[in-house]
Amino acid sequence: MIETAFTPLTSAFGGALIGLSAVLLMLTIGRVMGATGVLAGIFAPSSWQDASWRIALLLGMVTGPTVYWLVAGQMPEITVPVSTPMLLIGGFIVGIGVTYGSGCTSGHGVCGMARLSPRSIAATLTFMATTAVTVYLVRHVFAG
Amino acid sequence: MQLIIIYLVGVVFGTGIVVSGMANPAKVINFFDIAGTWDPSLAFVMGGALIVTAVGYRMVFGRARPLFEGRFVLPTARNLDARLIGGSAVFGVGWGIAGFCPGGALPALGTGRIEVILFVAALLGGIFAAKFLQNLSRPKAEATS
Repeated sequence: MIETAFTPLTSAFGGALIGLSAVLLMLTIGRVMGATGVLAGIFAPSSWQDASWRIALLLGMVTGPTVYWLVAGQMPEITVPVSTPMLLIGGFIVGIGVTYGSGCTSGHGVCGMARLSPRSIAATLTFMATTAVTVYLVRHVFAG
Repeated sequence: MQLIIIYLVGVVFGTGIVVSGMANPAKVINFFDIAGTWDPSLAFVMGGALIVTAVGYRMVFGRARPLFEGRFVLPTARNLDARLIGGSAVFGVGWGIAGFCPGGALPALGTGRIEVILFVAALLGGIFAAKFLQNLSRPKAEATS
C-alpha cells in the first residue's frame, strides 16, 4: 500500500474549480456536469449540436493536465496501485454501474447533491458505502 | 464561440480534477482505506465542490434560462428505484477496485498514461454492455405494462 500526502488546501481548491465548472455549464447551456452523461451521450447524440458541446467539453477536460503542467512545471501525480486486470475489471464494472445508476461522482455526488436531489443523495451514499467496503475487502481481507 | 466557452468550462473541470487528486487512484483508494493508509483529502474535494456548486446553482437558477439555450435540462426522475440504488452500488464496487471514476479518468486521459487509456476503454465497454442489456429488456418491459 502506498501512502499519499494529506492535501486539504489543494484538494479543496481543486474541488472549488470542479464546482465552478459545474456552475458555468449550468449558466451557459443549462446542463448538469456529469462525466458519465457527457461521455455516454457522445455515442447517441440527439443532434449535431448535442454531440458538439459534449465533444468540446471533453476536449477541455483532457486539457486539464496540460494546464496543470504549465502552472506546476510537472504532470499531475497519477499512481495506480492496482494490477492491469483489476483496472480493466474495475473499469467495466464502473461502466455498468454508472449506466444503471444514471450517474457517478460528478453528476450525483456534486451536481445532484448540490441541488439536494433525493435520488442523488441516495446514489452518493450508496456508492460511497460500497466503495469503502470494496476497498476494505480488497486491501484487508483478500490481500491479507 | 459558444463551443470555445464550453471547451474552457471543460478545462476548468479537468484542471480541478487533477489539482484535487481525483485523477490519482492511489489517493482515491486511500480516502476509503480508513483501516489502512487513510488520506482524508477527498472529503475536502467534495466539500469545496459542493459549496461552490450549491451557491452558484442558486444564483444561476435565479435566471429564467441559461445564456445559450432556451431552458435548463435537469433530471426529472424522483423515485428511488432498485435500478438507481443497484447501479450506484455496482459503481462503488468498480471504483473501489480500480480507483478511477469517470470524472477522474476523463481528464487524466490528457496525461497519455496507458493505465488511464485502459481504464477508459474498459469503462466504455461496461457502458455499451449496460446499454445493450437495457435495450434488450426495454421491449419486454413495454409489453408487460
